[in-house]
Amino acid sequence: MEFFSAKNVNKVFADTQALTNVSISVKQQSIFGLLGPNGAGKTTLIRIINQITAPDSGEVFLEGKPMTRADISRIGYLPEERGLYKKMKISEQAIYLAQLKGMSRHDAAVNLKKWFEKFEIMSWWNKNIEELSKGMQQKVQFITTVVHKPKLLIFDEPFSGFDPINANLLKQEILQLKEEGATIIFSTHNMGSVEELCDHIALINKSHKIVDGETNEIRERFKQNIFEVKYRGDFEKVSTTLGAHFRVLSHTEQKNENLITVQHLGSQSNNELIKVLIPVAEILSFEEKIPGMNDVFIQAVEEANRKAAADKQVSEPKMDL
Amino acid sequence: MNKTLLILKQEYLKRVKKKSFIVLTLLVPFLMVGMFALIIFLTINNDKKERTIGVYDESGLFLGEFKSETYTKYYFIDKQKYEQLKGGLKDAEYYALLYIPADIYTNNTAQLVSEKQVPMELNEQIERKLSRFIENDKRQKIIAETQIPDLEEKLAATKTNVSLKTLKISDSGEAKSSSSTVAFIASYAMGFIIYFFVFMYGAAVMRSVMEEKKSRIIEVIISSVKPVELMAGKIIGTAMVGLTQVAIWVVLGTAVMIGVQSFFSPETAQQMGQSIMENQGQMNPAMTQATQPNEVMQVMEMISNLNIPLILFSFVFYFLAGYLLYSSLMGAIGAAVDNDEDSQQMIFPVTFPLILSIMVLFSIARNPEGSVAFWFSIIPFTSPVVMLARVPYGVPAWELLLSMFLLVLTVVGAIAAAAKIYRVGLLMYGKKVNLKEMIKWLRYKN
Repeated sequence: MEFFSAKNVNKVFADTQALTNVSISVKQQSIFGLLGPNGAGKTTLIRIINQITAPDSGEVFLEGKPMTRADISRIGYLPEERGLYKKMKISEQAIYLAQLKGMSRHDAAVNLKKWFEKFEIMSWWNKNIEELSKGMQQKVQFITTVVHKPKLLIFDEPFSGFDPINANLLKQEILQLKEEGATIIFSTHNMGSVEELCDHIALINKSHKIVDGETNEIRERFKQNIFEVKYRGDFEKVSTTLGAHFRVLSHTEQKNENLITVQHLGSQSNNELIKVLIPVAEILSFEEKIPGMNDVFIQAVEEANRKAAADKQVSEPKMDL
Repeated sequence: MNKTLLILKQEYLKRVKKKSFIVLTLLVPFLMVGMFALIIFLTINNDKKERTIGVYDESGLFLGEFKSETYTKYYFIDKQKYEQLKGGLKDAEYYALLYIPADIYTNNTAQLVSEKQVPMELNEQIERKLSRFIENDKRQKIIAETQIPDLEEKLAATKTNVSLKTLKISDSGEAKSSSSTVAFIASYAMGFIIYFFVFMYGAAVMRSVMEEKKSRIIEVIISSVKPVELMAGKIIGTAMVGLTQVAIWVVLGTAVMIGVQSFFSPETAQQMGQSIMENQGQMNPAMTQATQPNEVMQVMEMISNLNIPLILFSFVFYFLAGYLLYSSLMGAIGAAVDNDEDSQQMIFPVTFPLILSIMVLFSIARNPEGSVAFWFSIIPFTSPVVMLARVPYGVPAWELLLSMFLLVLTVVGAIAAAAKIYRVGLLMYGKKVNLKEMIKWLRYKN
C-alpha cells in the first residue's frame, strides 16, 4: 500500500531548476532510497516533504491525503547537515525537540530514557553536547529523530560520521524501525547500504528523476549480459569458439584453470553461452554478473547526461550551415 | 501557537538560567545602590578629620566666638605663640593658624596659615563665621544708632529669595507649573532606557538565531515549526527576559534602598542633614525645615503635572514597537548571515538610526519643538527614542498620533519582511549576503 507520494513536483530557485516534474511513490513499511549526484535536487525534495519549503507546483500526499501542517509531527527528519545546541544539556534539548514534534514533556522523557538505555548512553543524560565526540553526538541526534515514533522517517546521509560498528548498529535500528511499521526515505551516496537496505529507489539527476523502481528489478534492468566463467581447457580455443557474438572482457589463468568474464553481445538466453562452451571446455562455475548499485548509479547518470547533451545540440542548431 | 509558546518558554528559561544573566540582574541594583551609598558615605565622612586651629585675634573682637565644632576645634592663642608657630607647623598640635588683623572691619581680610592645602569647606566655614559676626555686629550698631524700633525684624523681612516657577499653558488655557529640569531628566532617562533595551535584547535575538543557524540545528527545528512561529517565540521570549530583568531591578532596588535607609537612619540622615547644612551655611535651621517640604511639594507637583498616564502609555507603546521593529530586523540579519564578521557589517545599517536618535537626544531635550525634534520623532526608525523624549514636554496630539501610526505600519512591514528573509536565510549557507541579496529574497515565494 502506498504510504507517501509526491506528484509532479516542480521547484525553481532564483535561476536554478531544483526539481522538474518529480513523482515518487513510497510503499508502507518499506525503505525507499533517494539517490543522485550532489546538487541533483534530493535535499530540495526532502525539504518539500518536511514542509520546510513549498513546491512551485505539484503536491505531496501522506496516506492518500494532501499533506497538511499537522502531518509534520508524524515525520522524523535527520538532515544531512545536523547539529544540536552546544550549550544545553543533552536530555533537555532532546526533550525540547520531542516537544516541538508534539510530544508531552513526560512522554518525551520516558521514551528518551528507553532509547538512551538501549544505546547504553544513559550516562550522557546530564552532559552538554560539547562534551561528546562527533560520533556520540550523531547517536543523540538519531534518537531525537525517532523518539516521537514517527510513521515516516527521512534520513539524509545517516551513516556519515559513524564508525563501522556504530554504522552497523544504526543499520539494525533502521531495519527494526521498519519492522515496527515505519516507512523510511533514505538518501545516501553509500551504495553498499542502498543494496542492503532499500526496497525501492529513485535516482534523481539534474532535477529530473531518471530511474525508479524496486532495487533488484533495477539491477536486473541494468545488467549487461556479463558472465563469469571458470573452466578447465585451452583459452585460445575457447576464445575462437566464442566468435563474434561474445566479447571477452578479462582473462586470468592459474595452473590449468581459466577465469574469464564474457559479455554476450546478442540478446540470447544464458544457455547460449553454456552451449558454445561445453564442446571446448569443462565448466567449473558459471555466474551472471548483476551490476551493483554503484554501477547502476554511474551508468544511469552518464547516460542521462549524454542524452541531455545530445538534446541540447539538437535544440541549438548550428549557425554555420 | 502552542509551539510558539514552547519556543518562548525555552528561549526564556535558557536565558534566565544563564549565569551571566543572574549575575548581571542581581549585581546591577547592588551596584547602583552601592554607588548611591558610596556617595552618601563620602558626603558624611567627607571631613571627619579632626582639626585644631589656633586663632590669634589681634582685633580682640572675636573672643568668645569660634565655638569648637564636631571636627574642627578652635583655640585662641596669643601673639607670641602665633609668631612662634608661624615658623613651622609640622610638629605642632595645630592644623592651621587663623590671624584676625586689627583692621578686619575695614579691610575685610583675615589670614589662614597652614602647612597643607586647606579644604574648601573649612575655608568657607571660617569666612562665613567671620562675615556673619561682622555683619551682625554692624547691624547691631546701626540699630543702636538709629533707634528705629523693630529694625532687626524689619531688616530680616527684607531678605528675599526669588525662585522662578515656570508655568505652561495648555490648549484649554489652564496654566500648570512645569519644570524643564524634571522634563529633561524624564525624557533623557526614557530615551536611554529604550535605546539600551532595544540594543541589548535586539542583539540577543540576533545571536540566538545565529547560534541555531551555525550549530545547524535549525533544519531540525524548522521541520517541526514554521519559521514565523520560531521568530515570534524568540522575540517575545527575549522581551520577557528583559521585562523580568527590569522587574527584578525595580523590586530589588527598592528593597535594597529601604534596607539601606533603615540601616543608616536616623542618625545618618541627621548627620547628612548637618553636613549639608554646614556646607551650605544655613544658620537658621527652622528656615531650612520650612522650605524643604515646600520644595519637595513643588517637585512632586511638577512631576504630577507631567501627564503621567500619557507618558506611561507612550513609554509602553514606543518600547514595545521599537523593540519589535529592531529585534525583527536583527533576527532577520541573524538568519541571513552565517558568521560573526558578516553580522557586524550587516548590523550597522540597522542600528544606525538608533545610534543617530541617541545622538540627537540632547539637542532635542534642549529644543523639543525644533525641526530636528519634529522629523526624528515622526520618522519610524528614530521615533521610539526621540518621540518618547519629547512627550514629557508636551507634544501636539496629531504629531503623536502620526508618529505612532507610521511606526505601527513600519513594524508590520518590518515583521513581514523579516519573516521572509528569515525563511530564506535560515538554510542559506556559505553565501556572502548583502542588502541587495536580502531585498531579492523578499520577492521569493515560499
